[in-house]
Amino acid sequence: MKFLALVARRLGATLVVLWLVASAIFLAIRAVPGDPAEAIMGGPGSQASEQALAEARAAYGLDRPVLVQYAMFLGRLAVGDFGTSYSLKRPVAEVMGEVLPPTLLLASCALLTAWLLATIGGLLAVRATALGSALGSLAEIVAAALPHFWLGSVLIMLFSTALGWLPAVDTGTPAGMLLPVLTLALPLAGFLTQLLRDSLATALGSDFVLAARARGESKTSVFFRHALRHSMLPVLSLSGWAFASLLSGAVVVEAVFARPGLGRALLSAVLARDIPMVTGIALFSAAVYMLFMTLADAIASMLGGRVHAA
Amino acid sequence: MKTRRLFAHLAAWLFLAVLALCALAPGLLAPGDPLAIDPAAAFTPPNLTHLAGTDESGRDVLTRIVHGARPSLVIGLAATGLGMGLALILGTAAALAPRWLDGMLLRLLDALYAIPSLLMALLIIALTGPGVGPAIIAVGLSTAPGYARIVRTQIRTLKDSAMIEAATVLGRTGAQRTVHHLLPNALRPLLALVTLGIGQAVIWASALSFLGLGTAPPAPEWGAMLAAGRTYLHLAWWMSLFPGLAIVLVAAGATAIGRALGGKVRAL
Repeated sequence: MKFLALVARRLGATLVVLWLVASAIFLAIRAVPGDPAEAIMGGPGSQASEQALAEARAAYGLDRPVLVQYAMFLGRLAVGDFGTSYSLKRPVAEVMGEVLPPTLLLASCALLTAWLLATIGGLLAVRATALGSALGSLAEIVAAALPHFWLGSVLIMLFSTALGWLPAVDTGTPAGMLLPVLTLALPLAGFLTQLLRDSLATALGSDFVLAARARGESKTSVFFRHALRHSMLPVLSLSGWAFASLLSGAVVVEAVFARPGLGRALLSAVLARDIPMVTGIALFSAAVYMLFMTLADAIASMLGGRVHAA
Repeated sequence: MKTRRLFAHLAAWLFLAVLALCALAPGLLAPGDPLAIDPAAAFTPPNLTHLAGTDESGRDVLTRIVHGARPSLVIGLAATGLGMGLALILGTAAALAPRWLDGMLLRLLDALYAIPSLLMALLIIALTGPGVGPAIIAVGLSTAPGYARIVRTQIRTLKDSAMIEAATVLGRTGAQRTVHHLLPNALRPLLALVTLGIGQAVIWASALSFLGLGTAPPAPEWGAMLAAGRTYLHLAWWMSLFPGLAIVLVAAGATAIGRALGGKVRAL
């Protein structure tokens, strides 16, 4: 089974990458000046007593030799223990379990919306006139250049303040999800449409499309059965990157729409210099990225196989 | 089609020229003081004296946008320079190194690439604390792995080219070949990528300021201005609309120019 071998190899590579990410973070924490014990006690301004600092060091194992700390760090990570949040004084894994579902929901909806928009954009581009295609290409560039934090504000001003159709903050209802999802999806859709349009143009000019037409297949059938399927490959293989970029975007979007989630938790952790929390979320994102890459490759290899068979 | 494309390129370059003027001599375009407050004129909607309105302290938004070009561009350029510099070192090293070292560097780049850019930037800021310097380092380091992978591919392709073979036959040393042939030829296609990257870096830098982790208010910086505008979103739409337009114009302009330079759009 070539397919299983591919998945196994990718999972192995994932573990190596995660180990490297964890080590890089561990090294970076040690390389930066500043006492982690101070961060635990509420930051440099808290003027914690020497005794309290010593107790915090002992409690978090910061008084042990660096190599021992490294081994402890990796050992705990291996069993899914990301440590205890400095600012919330709760296990990082527990906090992440709470904030993850809303962010995953948001990112998945945004990814699906972006795909849908990109497919529609790609379909329109194929039939467009010269002027239409120039306008479309401008729209893609602008969409891809839209920063989430601004797009969110503009959508609020338009649909909430001016038109009053949708709530400005996330109310937990489907209507409240609409603006955050659009904010995340539009820039990504811009990127994906550029990609899809390029590869559709290549596919439609290729021999297998000509051959299918020569066999007497209709234009529509050739488009959907051959060209579109072929062109989805690069878009799919980019989806791992896309999902990871959506996690980045979630940090901003959740702040703009006052929506609870991983991004909000990360932002407050960064502001509090809560290293275990930030480390946990970064490692988790890296794992999600690698997982998506593996999945996208697996799907691409299946799709690719059929394309060649067809 | 060809004239239209030429026109688009001209427009993009003209825009960048205006932008450069904003960054180098903001006083020429907006003679006012970007920090001068005028509480009586707070929240003035756009009119003839204040083309983009005023903010909560009565400061002129357009003046602040013009003066904000410098910090935003400086962060964008410095971060891209840092990222590209690191990428050239790492990418060249990986491409020219023996296989085992190349493999290790590639794994390391994969690892760094696996953390989404903004998350990596946040991770760095969590370690260093907020500020302009950390924002530059954060954005620069987070873009380096993507660039480095492309540099490596470029150099590896060139390494086996007839040009390098000829240079070897002519008796050039490894260092001479790298400096005179490999790097210049690898850099040319990267130029398009760098242009695209600057646009993205400006967005990320302003995102950090928007989140309160980069330039601090009341300094005129586009992201920080948007953060201030968000509080008054229902009251003063102009405070959010115009600084954001500036960011979009820079990012879209950079993309257009990057494409004009012959770069394929690669999502980084």
